Amino acid sequence: MPADSQDIMLKVEGLNTFYGKAQILFDMVLEVKRGEVNVLLGRNGAGKTTTLKSIMGIVAPKSGTITFKGKAINGLPPFKTCALGLGYVPEDRRIFSRLSILENFEVGKQTPREGLEPWTPERLFELFPNLGERRHHAGGTLSGGEQQMLTIARTLMGNPEMIILDEPSEGLAPVIVEQLAQTIQRLKSEGVSMLLAEQNLNFARTVCDRAYIVYLGRTHHESAIDNLSQQAYEKYCAL
Amino acid sequence: MGFYLVQFLTGLSDASALFLVACGLSLIFGVLRIVNLAHGSFYMLGAYIAFSLIAYLPQGAFFFWTGILLAALIVGLVGVILEVFLLRRLYSAPELFILFATFGVVLMVQDLSRWLFGAEDILGQMAPGLEGSIDIMGTLLPQYDIALIVIAPLILVGLWLLLNRTRWGILVRAATEDREMSSALGVNQTWLFTTVFFLGSCLAGLGGAVQLPKGGANLLMDLNMIAAAFVIVVVGGMGSIPGAYLASVIIGQLNSFGVLIFPQSTLFLMFLAMAVVLTIRPHGLFGEIEAEEHAAAQTAGTVLKPASKKVRLLGLILLILIFVLPVFVGQFTLVLMTEIALFALVSMSLYFLMTGGMVTFGHAAFFGGGAYSAALLVHHLQTPMELAIFFAPLAVGLLALIIGWFCVRLSGVYFAILTLAFAQICWSVVFQWAEFTGGDDGLLTIWPSKWASEKIVFYYLTMVLCIGGILLLRFFIFTPFGYTMRACRDSALRVDSIGINLRRHQWLAFAIAGVFAGLAGGVYVFSKGSVFPDEMAIPRSFDFLFMVLLGGVETLFGPVAGSAAYTWLHDKIARFDFWQLAIGCIFIFLVVAFPRGIAGSVHNRFGKFFED
Ligand SMILES: Nc1ncnc2c1ncn2[C@@H]1O[C@H](COP(=O)(O)OP(=O)(O)O)[C@@H](O)[C@H]1O
Ligand SMILES: [Mg+2]
Repeated sequence: MPADSQDIMLKVEGLNTFYGKAQILFDMVLEVKRGEVNVLLGRNGAGKTTTLKSIMGIVAPKSGTITFKGKAINGLPPFKTCALGLGYVPEDRRIFSRLSILENFEVGKQTPREGLEPWTPERLFELFPNLGERRHHAGGTLSGGEQQMLTIARTLMGNPEMIILDEPSEGLAPVIVEQLAQTIQRLKSEGVSMLLAEQNLNFARTVCDRAYIVYLGRTHHESAIDNLSQQAYEKYCAL
Repeated sequence: MGFYLVQFLTGLSDASALFLVACGLSLIFGVLRIVNLAHGSFYMLGAYIAFSLIAYLPQGAFFFWTGILLAALIVGLVGVILEVFLLRRLYSAPELFILFATFGVVLMVQDLSRWLFGAEDILGQMAPGLEGSIDIMGTLLPQYDIALIVIAPLILVGLWLLLNRTRWGILVRAATEDREMSSALGVNQTWLFTTVFFLGSCLAGLGGAVQLPKGGANLLMDLNMIAAAFVIVVVGGMGSIPGAYLASVIIGQLNSFGVLIFPQSTLFLMFLAMAVVLTIRPHGLFGEIEAEEHAAAQTAGTVLKPASKKVRLLGLILLILIFVLPVFVGQFTLVLMTEIALFALVSMSLYFLMTGGMVTFGHAAFFGGGAYSAALLVHHLQTPMELAIFFAPLAVGLLALIIGWFCVRLSGVYFAILTLAFAQICWSVVFQWAEFTGGDDGLLTIWPSKWASEKIVFYYLTMVLCIGGILLLRFFIFTPFGYTMRACRDSALRVDSIGINLRRHQWLAFAIAGVFAGLAGGVYVFSKGSVFPDEMAIPRSFDFLFMVLLGGVETLFGPVAGSAAYTWLHDKIARFDFWQLAIGCIFIFLVVAFPRGIAGSVHNRFGKFFED
């Protein structure tokens, strides 16, 4: 095994995805190293969500390879991808509104992973004190910010080594966004790799290492987030 | 006083089996999003299997109840086999096709049960220790009824605990809300589906088994029960188990007291109850409004185009063939052709509804309704054929307006189920009200007027009416009305928001379809000379649906081609003893092999050839 392949958590090469006859992704490439937090930046409709769903196996890519921890995962159903240690936080939160917070956790629960301290509801309530207070409340009764915390917490119950987060800051109040950034940094410090999709550049700058600019279903530009050229960003992402 | 109390308790005990079956149906629908039409068949199997087991096992209370539980488990396993080997292949197919496959199973189970257990009604064994009756203020109540009254709440509590206090239950509830998300959280949906299907089928089997000492076993149980279970699920609210219990109790009471008031048809009272509930609460007593994503239209995606020149030419050739056919063939073929034409008209009217996203499972009510309207006019009032054929579609149009008023409030599967329940009610009225409709013996000697009594004349008469009707329906499909209907199918919300009154549109379409199906029925009765309740029964509705699907939902030629193929096939197969088994197998095979229908597949392969 080549020396650096250990360090690559997720690698996507030549990914093509279709919805019906419409091609959405064109030879998409990206990479996340262990411990890294990377971000896909792009306008609405650029194909960020489709990329993330293709990785999870929620939509089936037509061609291309997706390797997670050195293992090809294309074609696997989402539950198997998840079992390998890849967690997914969807863009529209999708909490189970009729289930209580604890029950939402139960759905996300997976067996502990070697070398990681397993997440328990108690540990999660330390991280998200708001949720602890309302543990028996139905998901549907929570505020937007609380729901966003719940989806992240629920995904953590699966003890993922890497998490995919689709526009986590969208629609949240600035205070909550700040809280979210802290949470992501905390998870990063525990060694969890992450791949985000974002439209909020400031937020991405505070939490991410490297950025991919996605435009019309292709990866157009890749750089460390601090070196991201303003020009490229404005050309492909700004409205 | 004692009499009414006993009547009440009887109703409560009747509610038990209803509840067991309905909550299984509801559970399966909630998670798998599949309406399993074979659920009633599982109920019937439960009764037959329990009967055989109890007869085989030693005597005594212990073995009696063991037999009942074993029967439920066996039915659960049958359910697993169905899920694993058939349904699993179809989850990505349109909802309608899945329903179809499950109806194929209904037909197969019908014939298999007849073959294994015989056609005679079976009287169930008594439960040892519960053979007697208790005296309630002078009226007797069988002890076994008390057992039944206790069983349902026990199951209700058990299910509640299972769903709320176990990991499995939490996963089931999560999947009911959002399957994709729960899969992305690592839950194996395949496994979950199978277990849910197992439990749901067990409950149906248990329902059939526990009612055995009271109701026995017979071959009508399956469809009667599926219609009742649908009513309960719709009244109680899809997916709600307490709702199913409450609805079962209501329906049980209606059955029990209804016989006193309206002995002709207790199902008619069910209809009234359902009508009242749905008018006040369209999603049932405990139901929640469905998320829009679940009601996604299944036939969307293809744009219907007016016929190209080549297709028109083909149509013209067909017309000429139809015109000259009598010169070349015998009477027998003419009769078959007459039947094909009538069924083509019914299929076309069904197809017309489907272009508006309204897949009805009760079209036989309109066809049979037309046939009975004409026959009743002739039988009771000696109306001449011409007038009878004229009034039949009007009568059915009125019926369609009444039924449609309720049905268009719902969409997708709910709509389908409601139409099925209504059709079963119409059937039961005709079946049970023997003094007026002839009941099971039907109405005989309904012959055409003298001038049309020659087969060949009747053939031309039918062709003129049917071709005229089909072309008129085709014409409607390409009027602004037709375009709006397709818009309703593709995006109900948007149509509503641009100020079109969706419901009224659908209601009118429903009535139009009823008129044409009624016309076909009216002519049909004169071609046969008689009419029987079968023409209104659920399998008939599926015949029509099948014709449309066989022809493919994506082409206008489909319904006609499908009717021809199906009627011909049916004519060949119906001579065998266990033909339902064969038809069931064919249903399932076609659904699995040609998910786009036959004409759809041809269209796919040769479509280019027919374009201008
Ligand atoms: N279910 C779907 N069916 C068809 N097209 C879709 C579907 N979901 C997204 N698209 C299309 O795919 C493109 C990419 O969408 P998406 O991946 O959601 O972009 P983003 O997340 O970057 O906003 C868009 O043009 C969108 O219209
Ligand atoms: Mg997106």
